[in-house]
Amino acid sequence: MLGLEKKDLRLLLIVIGLTLLAPFILNPFPEGSEMAQFNAGYPDLMQRFVIFGILAIGFNILFGLTGYLSFGHAAFLGVGSYAAVWMFKLLSMNVLPAIILSVIIAGIFSLLIGFVSLRRSGIYFSILTLAFAQMSFALAYSVLTPITGGETGLQLALDDPRIFGASQTASGNIPVPALFGLEMRSSYEMAIGSWLFTFNVGYYLSALFLILSFYLAIRIFRSPFGMMLRAIKSNQTRMSYTGLNPRPYTLAAFVISGMYAGLAGGLLASMDPLAGAERMQWTASGEIVLMTILGGAGTLIGPVLGAGMIKYFENIFSKINESILHGWFAFLPDGLENFVVAVIYPFIGKGWHLTLGIVFMLVVIFLPGGLVQGGQKIASAFRRKKPEDAKPNATEPAE
Amino acid sequence: MDQFILQILNGLDKGSAYALIALGLTLIFGTLGVVNFAHGALFMLGAFVAVTVNKLLTISKKVVDETRTDFLGNPLQVDVPYIYDIFGQTAGNAIIDWSVPIAILFAIPVMVAVGYVVERGLIKHFYKRPHADQILVTFGLAIVIQEIIKYFYGANPIPTPAPETFVGAFDFGVILGFEPNAISYPYWRLVYFFFSVFIIGGVFAFLQFTTFGMVVRAGMADRETVGILGIDIDKRFTIMFGIAAAVAGLAGVMYAPINSPNYQMGMDFLVLSFVVVVVGGMGSLPGAVAAGFLLGILESFASMSVVIDFLPGINQIIIYLVAIIILLTRPRGLMGRKGVMEE
Repeated sequence: MLGLEKKDLRLLLIVIGLTLLAPFILNPFPEGSEMAQFNAGYPDLMQRFVIFGILAIGFNILFGLTGYLSFGHAAFLGVGSYAAVWMFKLLSMNVLPAIILSVIIAGIFSLLIGFVSLRRSGIYFSILTLAFAQMSFALAYSVLTPITGGETGLQLALDDPRIFGASQTASGNIPVPALFGLEMRSSYEMAIGSWLFTFNVGYYLSALFLILSFYLAIRIFRSPFGMMLRAIKSNQTRMSYTGLNPRPYTLAAFVISGMYAGLAGGLLASMDPLAGAERMQWTASGEIVLMTILGGAGTLIGPVLGAGMIKYFENIFSKINESILHGWFAFLPDGLENFVVAVIYPFIGKGWHLTLGIVFMLVVIFLPGGLVQGGQKIASAFRRKKPEDAKPNATEPAE
Repeated sequence: MDQFILQILNGLDKGSAYALIALGLTLIFGTLGVVNFAHGALFMLGAFVAVTVNKLLTISKKVVDETRTDFLGNPLQVDVPYIYDIFGQTAGNAIIDWSVPIAILFAIPVMVAVGYVVERGLIKHFYKRPHADQILVTFGLAIVIQEIIKYFYGANPIPTPAPETFVGAFDFGVILGFEPNAISYPYWRLVYFFFSVFIIGGVFAFLQFTTFGMVVRAGMADRETVGILGIDIDKRFTIMFGIAAAVAGLAGVMYAPINSPNYQMGMDFLVLSFVVVVVGGMGSLPGAVAAGFLLGILESFASMSVVIDFLPGINQIIIYLVAIIILLTRPRGLMGRKGVMEE
């Protein structure tokens, strides 16, 4: 079905199921309970999950398949955001033209940068993309202020033209982004018992794009084109000896992943119509790299998982403070409680970046295939162990 | 003309920071073949050695001063650093004042030890892995180091003053016959420049004139042959990693008075110094130093108002622009060695 093999179809169905049911899955704890702080089912965060998922899928097409490590991918995200906000300012508040334009602009931008950067490979490619992204960031911050809004970022204003829409609503406010009248921020809340589930329009629009992107990524991974990209990763010299020029393939992969980033940028701007230069900074690019590697570069589902995990940690894990920890370990004797909290505290709450850094290092060292590979290893270890469960050591291999 | 000289001077001190960090990066790359993204974090660690020494020296006890009273009429409590007890007040004050230069003495062993641990504990396992993996794991290490520092010192910049003698600016223009104050240059930056020249010279002399340095250079040129001759080159390369870390750390110590250190300062320098290394040519030590000063001076010239009026924003992007042009036209950088990371 849909030109997919059975295994891929199952993966796609799982992703569809997960994204559509996310409001339920991410809110497993009832409102008001102590665990409610771990609920991630509010619109803002759910939107981030899928949007950064799209970004990571796109990055994975470049890095996972061709092995070209771009350290400047956030630039395309930023460009996409700017393009979308400009559409809101000039045309109308409909998100569709904004998203389409942001994809196109990011595509053109990545074509230009890719054409130059892909003349080199390896570390030089990383430095070139980094240099281009930092240049875009610096320019957006300073000289291009008329276009980008500089430090304050690009925002909507009451006197924007909006030729196909109203400059302001009847009540004198700035209109909000909408899809043919469906406002992005509007949501339907469903209360079942003490559980509260939120279904947000913006989230479902982004989820739709995520599913489409994921489907496209599967098709690319399984196509002859994807095979060419893998060939570039494993042995570029041999590929050129067979008479194939790798450049058009890498450039195509670069542009595709740039367009994915543009789509993510456009969606970000559609959910919240402002764009700032800090989205293009190299730390943002580094975050994309972290997501993809953490989840598993070169795997289909890995980057989405990585993006979800980092965003979850960033928004939920970081809120745990010292008093909550004391609450958890209250059952321990006082001295021990203080000790345990003192040991754990640096790693969570405000210090979650430390945990992220350590986990990331461990993944790079032991699991080059990311968490997906880790999961597969555990699964296969169990499968092998089952017939001979007399063996006591169920520890997984370190490498 | 005075503007011109002023910009060269400005460029020299920026360039000396770039050159020092880039030198360490190249040293690691040339010897171990590892692309070290944690080098900026080592620079930052050096700056925090200065902060720590400053804090340790000023640890104080409360002493009641009978001769003075506070606004309530009670005897005033005065903070007296413990160091007064040991050296007396005048010498103690002088030591606190000179805490940054003193920190250099501590920074060298600390940074060599950090470098040694990092190399033996982590980098060693990555020699055979692709460069992308090396970049990623050192990037992770940089995050970890940063966060540890952030946990202990907080996220805000910590001012670390230079010794009182070096406060103020040196009127350089008068020597050259310009008007007073036409070219004035902060003393500490001058110190920074000479310090970095001294360190760079020291590293080169060490490599050029000692037996150890000779072996290391031989190892850089042909690792296998050196191994066949019965020399444990890995051990020496580990020490070189320690030295490179110390160079980055010293650059950081001396930089602390120029910019109050915070935990992110390394990352900003890292990006720039990578560009510097690439422009200078991967694996070339003179290239890294030359490119560091060159880019520093270019950056200063680009921020002259004449240039900005002509090409707005050029000061922000000049370094990257130069890097892109060099990378595309001279694949090996300015002075890159043949055969080192050409593709």
